[in-house]
Amino acid sequence: MARKIRVLVAKPGLDGHDRGARVIARALRDAGMEVIYTGLHQTPEQIVEAAIQEDVDVVGLSILSGAHMTLIPRVTQLLRENGADDIIVIGGGTIPEDDIRALKEGGWVKELFTPGTPLEAIAEWIQTNVKL
Amino acid sequence: MNDQPKGIKEGLEKWRENRCQMKDRDFRFETVSGMEVKDLYTPLDIEDLDYARDLGFPGEYPFTRGVYRNMYRGRLWTMRQFAGFATAKESNKRYKYLLEKGQTGLSVAFDMPTIMGYDSDHPRSLGEVGRVGVAIDSLQDMETLFDGIPLDKVSTSMTINAPAAVIWCMYIATGEKQGVRPEKLTGTIQNDILKEYIAQKSWIFPPEPSMRLITDIFAYASRHVPKWNTISISGYHIREAGSTAVQELAFTLANGFAYVEAGIKAGLNVDDFAPRLSFFFNAHIDFFEEIAKYRAARRIWARRMKEKYGAKDPRSWLLRFHTQTAGCSLTAQQPENNIVRTAYEALAAVLGGTQSLHTNSMDEVLALPTEKAVQIALRTQQILAYETGVANVIDPLAGSYYVEALTNKMEEEVEKYFEEIEKRGGVLACIEQNFFQQEIADAAYRYQRALDSKQRILVGVNEFVNPDEKLEIEILKIDPKIEQEQVARLQKLRRERDNIRVRETLEALRRACEGTENVIPYILDCVRAYATEGEIIQVMREVFGEYKEKPTF
Repeated sequence: MARKIRVLVAKPGLDGHDRGARVIARALRDAGMEVIYTGLHQTPEQIVEAAIQEDVDVVGLSILSGAHMTLIPRVTQLLRENGADDIIVIGGGTIPEDDIRALKEGGWVKELFTPGTPLEAIAEWIQTNVKL
Repeated sequence: MNDQPKGIKEGLEKWRENRCQMKDRDFRFETVSGMEVKDLYTPLDIEDLDYARDLGFPGEYPFTRGVYRNMYRGRLWTMRQFAGFATAKESNKRYKYLLEKGQTGLSVAFDMPTIMGYDSDHPRSLGEVGRVGVAIDSLQDMETLFDGIPLDKVSTSMTINAPAAVIWCMYIATGEKQGVRPEKLTGTIQNDILKEYIAQKSWIFPPEPSMRLITDIFAYASRHVPKWNTISISGYHIREAGSTAVQELAFTLANGFAYVEAGIKAGLNVDDFAPRLSFFFNAHIDFFEEIAKYRAARRIWARRMKEKYGAKDPRSWLLRFHTQTAGCSLTAQQPENNIVRTAYEALAAVLGGTQSLHTNSMDEVLALPTEKAVQIALRTQQILAYETGVANVIDPLAGSYYVEALTNKMEEEVEKYFEEIEKRGGVLACIEQNFFQQEIADAAYRYQRALDSKQRILVGVNEFVNPDEKLEIEILKIDPKIEQEQVARLQKLRRERDNIRVRETLEALRRACEGTENVIPYILDCVRAYATEGEIIQVMREVFGEYKEKPTF
């Protein structure tokens, strides 16, 4: 039997809105993945350390505080510096379209899911994009 | 009279027989919280309702019909738009704009570093300064924020919790600078730490010292700032985190009673602080459920305050509340629809008897609101107040079979939660056991699943979708330069202030925190010396420790 996809769901920065992160964590678990949730108020360093230690395939970052242009690139960069650029970074939250374009075009994030995305669509995206 | 219920019963049975031949729409008839709704309500649903006992008159016990005798005929609700972004200077401009447009109270949104007790130049603040609210580092910023706004004329609500004592002291000191005595200051600090552990998750210290800070504020305010609302016990965030209406009501009131008990335990007389407690509820999209929620809230609070906590002053029995329309009900798709959603929600808040209201702007689901969006949101309230006639009659839905039945049902369900909370050892024990957090997470997941499976329709999201929708609305952008400017100003302040005095006041505060004295006068001294928020909180962090949540989902 193939191993399960491992996903780290993380809340970087200072904001405490964890409804989306927790709902998605649960949906991914229900879709058969191994999910690790870091909890709140994580620094990029803490997230990257956890991602490497837990040997995950995907890091999902949830940000609603407007700090996405700082925090998402920081996580991706730290993953690269630690030789873990095979880990796919995705994100979600309140992120304006222009910023979404900039983050994707800059190679900082593979995909961003904004409010209103069905849970299944996120699970499917991960299943399609992770090569086990 | 006595034959009436019998007649209704027979009539209802006959009606139902005939009605059942007609097929219902394929739809789940329940409230947005998942409470089942019947097709028809009659006097049979409120047979046990005793007008004097359960409703009474407005301004009279148990206040189901409102906290004031004349309600909006005397004074309309306060129209209080929540605002704050970037720097104190920028926010000051927005406040003046809102006051000029007819807003009657201010409501300050702080940025995340301020909310979490970090200065703008702390490494953890990187990228967050001025993003979701205004950055306040010291008294200097507070003076700028209220420059040209007389604090004896405007009431200010401040959404601040873990560091509430510090920000409140900055406000008092700003008043001093303007020549306004503390007893003239009116407004509210949110100061509700219990809901932070439960839902909003912006905490600093563990529960016990947090509760001490709150009772210190109660005590200080009752002597020196008597018109201030010392706490706004908030269901808003509990609902935004995904709770049902019943959970919002039950957990918020339970928190309220926990504060009352803490005040009593700290040696205060309940009537000395209870009249200054206020509440903050969400107005979600299910119209009648929300109205019933507010009515039930007043009745439950009044009964417990009088009967359980022995409050004698009728003002201690009143549940006064601010309302904000539900941010979580808004959609990023077809954002203009949010104007309509917000209007219905605002109507529910007004029919439910709110004292103050914030209407969300249509673009809040995308970014901070633009001036135009804020104006539409404010105009929504003004149209309600001045054009629709809904403010003419007090509690106009009283006696509606449905609304009264739903109000009773709310109260019943809340009482069940109270029993469960008690059984588990009280609010703090429930927080430790993750009980509230798990209940809310379960409800949020159920709701999202209902949307995904289309058991619940969300216009523009899972039905009535505009394919290839392109957003054509303006977005407010925060210039990253603002962070650098704020940091530069802060560092200049650190160089120029009297640093010996700063150190002395901080040391005095440390000793007060280690002891049992009221800490407010010490914080005030630090603030007056231009110690920064981060420096003051750091002293408290070292004495009180930090709270850590066990992450679950």
